[in-house]
Amino acid sequence: MAWLGEIDLGTRASALPDARMVTLTIDGATVEVPEGTSIMRAAALGGTSIPKLCATDNLEAFGSCRVCLVEVEGRAGYPASCTTPVTPGMVVRTQSERLTQLRRGVMELYISDHPLDCLTCSANGDCELQDVAGAVGLRDVRYGYEGANHLAADKDESNPYFAFDPTKCIVCSRCVRACDEVQGTFALTVEGRGFDSVIAASQSEDFLSSECVSCGACVQACPTSALIEKSVEAIGTPDRAVVTTCAYCGVGCTFRAELRGEQLVRMVPWKEGKANRGHSCVKGRFAWGYANHAERILNPMIRESIDQPWREVSWAEAIGRVASEFRRIQAEHGRRAVGGITSSRCTNEETYLVQKLIRQGFGNNNVDTCARVCHSPTGYGLKTTFGTSAGTQDFDSVMAADVMMVIGANPTDGHPVFASRMKQRLRQGARLIVVDPRRTDLVRSAHIEADHHLPLQPGTNVALLTAMAHVVVTEGLVDEDYVRARCDLEAFAEWAAFVAEEARSPEATEALTRVPAADLRAAARLYATGGRAAIYYGLGVTEHSQGSSTVIAIANLAMATGNVGLEGAGVNPLRGQNNVQGACDMGSFPHEYSGYRHVADAETRALFEAAWGVELDPEPGLRIPNMLDAATEGRFRALYVQGEDILQSDPNTQHVAAGLAAMECVVVQDLFLNETANYAHVFLPGSTFLEKDGTFTNAERRIQRVRRVMEPKNGLADWEIVQAVAQALDLDWNYAHPSEIMDEIARLTPTFARVSYDALEAHGSLQWPATDATPTGTPTMHLDGFVRGKGHFVVTDYIPTDEKTGPRYPLLLTTGRILSHYNVGAQTRRTENVAWHPEDRLEIHPSDAENRGLRDGDWVTLKSRAGETTLRALVTERVAPGVVYTTFHHPVTQANVITTDYSDWATNCPEYKVTAVQVSASNGPSDWQEAYARQAERARRIEPVAAE
Amino acid sequence: MMTPDERLVYMANQIARNLAARGDEAAALATADHIAAFWDPHMRERIMADDRAALDPIAARAIALLRRRGDPGAQSAATVFAGGADAG
Repeated sequence: MAWLGEIDLGTRASALPDARMVTLTIDGATVEVPEGTSIMRAAALGGTSIPKLCATDNLEAFGSCRVCLVEVEGRAGYPASCTTPVTPGMVVRTQSERLTQLRRGVMELYISDHPLDCLTCSANGDCELQDVAGAVGLRDVRYGYEGANHLAADKDESNPYFAFDPTKCIVCSRCVRACDEVQGTFALTVEGRGFDSVIAASQSEDFLSSECVSCGACVQACPTSALIEKSVEAIGTPDRAVVTTCAYCGVGCTFRAELRGEQLVRMVPWKEGKANRGHSCVKGRFAWGYANHAERILNPMIRESIDQPWREVSWAEAIGRVASEFRRIQAEHGRRAVGGITSSRCTNEETYLVQKLIRQGFGNNNVDTCARVCHSPTGYGLKTTFGTSAGTQDFDSVMAADVMMVIGANPTDGHPVFASRMKQRLRQGARLIVVDPRRTDLVRSAHIEADHHLPLQPGTNVALLTAMAHVVVTEGLVDEDYVRARCDLEAFAEWAAFVAEEARSPEATEALTRVPAADLRAAARLYATGGRAAIYYGLGVTEHSQGSSTVIAIANLAMATGNVGLEGAGVNPLRGQNNVQGACDMGSFPHEYSGYRHVADAETRALFEAAWGVELDPEPGLRIPNMLDAATEGRFRALYVQGEDILQSDPNTQHVAAGLAAMECVVVQDLFLNETANYAHVFLPGSTFLEKDGTFTNAERRIQRVRRVMEPKNGLADWEIVQAVAQALDLDWNYAHPSEIMDEIARLTPTFARVSYDALEAHGSLQWPATDATPTGTPTMHLDGFVRGKGHFVVTDYIPTDEKTGPRYPLLLTTGRILSHYNVGAQTRRTENVAWHPEDRLEIHPSDAENRGLRDGDWVTLKSRAGETTLRALVTERVAPGVVYTTFHHPVTQANVITTDYSDWATNCPEYKVTAVQVSASNGPSDWQEAYARQAERARRIEPVAAE
Repeated sequence: MMTPDERLVYMANQIARNLAARGDEAAALATADHIAAFWDPHMRERIMADDRAALDPIAARAIALLRRRGDPGAQSAATVFAGGADAG
């Protein structure tokens, strides 16, 4: 597939460190390129295109197609330009009579076994084979078309997003190499030899049944239409492109949205994207069809009470209802009786506006965000130790890591594009420690094997990490020079004495963690002595009653070993949603303004008061669980929820439902009537990321542009809706474009001081802090010292969770996500991704299943102290005995009916990862599921519009 | 299922337990700071109005410190404003 409007340089850039420049002559022109560059790439950089088929610039050169042959003065034969590096003074000819003959001969062979249906081929005009045939002047095929060929091969259309047509395949291996080199799944192979060679998925299975993860790298690499998007087959080739940023996970891949007219044809990962480097996953690449889904709500709706059907109204009436209800409730119940929730799926600008609406318009700090239930402990822990609430590195840094320690994260499912980078580095020889109760794909998969997998008992992260610190301190592995130069020595001494106590040793804690002490010691030694060591962690760290302590323990370990403030190392939270980092940066927490400045800080507050022209509340506001508690008591009565579905995503669903049901006015702004909307009184239809301008900030603090690809189907971008609500509340808001909102953010937020849309256009993206001192951003934090001054060690005592297993609830449930779905599934469930994961399943170890008489696929009841649900079992050794696991993507399962109110001590981040449960055979849905299904169906009724 | 009052007590005790390794007095001070920095005024008033019978000793001491402060400014190791800026 040719990338619309992009130049393919044929081979990768030189990988030689500090390569000197080499001057050569190509077709009479002087070209200067770094040593290690191929002739093909040098020619392309000099403006000369050499015909090629098996080469593309995101893969290693292969030298198989023999189309890119060139002549080199003084050298015999015709070397392949893709595999031949330049040398000083080299004189190259890319065109000659002999070269044309050779290339034409090769093309004759290809075309003799290729269907001649160019006019009706879906890649017509976007086919490299067609281009090369034209470039070499192919007019005839001397061999004819009647010989042996592959033209009767069956087309594989099993994958919902792309088709594989072997008749169009030239076996250039680009798909196989893309799967190997870029994605790292090794699902494809060339089966057979010589003329019998064909591309095969796994063991000659169809693509859907194979190990293929549908990342799209093979489709992107294919030079013909052998692998092609079904959307291109259906619509035709695109004729324009808009670069934008994916709205799924926190990797923040940039894509070229390729359109034909106003119709989106495909999303193609952008080669220049600094987060994804031209790669993608099944969600970002293909799962964008929800934007056009029939269930999308496009008109505002209101109702008096939640047992009534919805009534479609004008924007003015809906916005007016929000303003009048919030003002009425505040007048009757006090200023602090209302609040709102910002969205990590919306842009920075929209998130900023929602928190501004609440602080300026509602006059309180009752604003929270979904980071409450995911990475709030990261904010607390990293700010306490380092002084800033963000990861320390850029994603590229992983390519300099000697050791990776992955804790409580499953990046191949949750952050697949970054996982591919990790796997690239691991295949180069980096070492790997995985700390996870589950045997995730990183533990062992194609060409990847962890040096150490520490399958700890859920809930014992702090004990394990403190035991690792014990090894580091007691075995003399502390980087003393680093600590002396960069850390608070008094705090370090207190911490070192604490972790050195025998009670923290691997041997003493083995009974808690169930990790053999010898394994833990070996892992700690590797982390401390293996070179540059990077920690990557996810919600398996934060979603515990000691989530913040675990983040602090990670930071302690990194500081003690000198692994902060240099490339290849660091502490890196893998953020779940696309703009979790940004939502937090923008002041979405009830105690902080943008840039993580406390509302009680008079100087900061004065800055915002001056800008916004109102007196601001100096008291912290309510967190989401506090709002729900207050609602059940009648103290909190109205909630504005932008782009979140707290009923499905937050813990203890029945408690969330009770809180929402107790409110007088719940406003939901979303694409669909989500589960929370079942309890809403006003529905404001939202816009997708394809329909608006703005920015997202990914897990590496990278601020990237979101660009409007099409008009908002609902009529308004989300920032315009928030502005309309503000204006209805008599606030003087008159933003004409999101860039003006970003300008305000930059004026009021020191870390964003040099961020503007102009700067983003100039640099492509910026990693904050972007200040006068760092105008182009900061890839690696804490280079010359910690943001807080001296790195601060904090003692982390292991406090067991109060969620205990026992005879009634003997198993531990931990929850997570799967590759094909995203969060509550509101988007991905409305795409063809359901082909991979049509339902949530309960992973259970064979021994636990056998004890309960359960077989794979059986319906089971999953019951905790909080509630029960039913789903089907998946018997697997991925989970340890005593541990069960499920996802929360499907509302019919409502996995969070099971999870409890226990939460992180510092931030109230829910303890999703530890719930004591029992599993038993079942005949059908639970009473709660049936009742909820009835209620949900009733709550989604929309009153027919009367004919005029 | 805890009542909102029981939850507040539970939260205060949980904070205190997680800070206890610092020593009783330091832990009580840090617990008080934490509550001042992160709890909304009504939650603080509620826990200060409680009879504290269900509070662990460190948490009880923290609440006593909060009552003594009256209207506390949020000043703690967790929220050191000047040193904690993200200005890089």
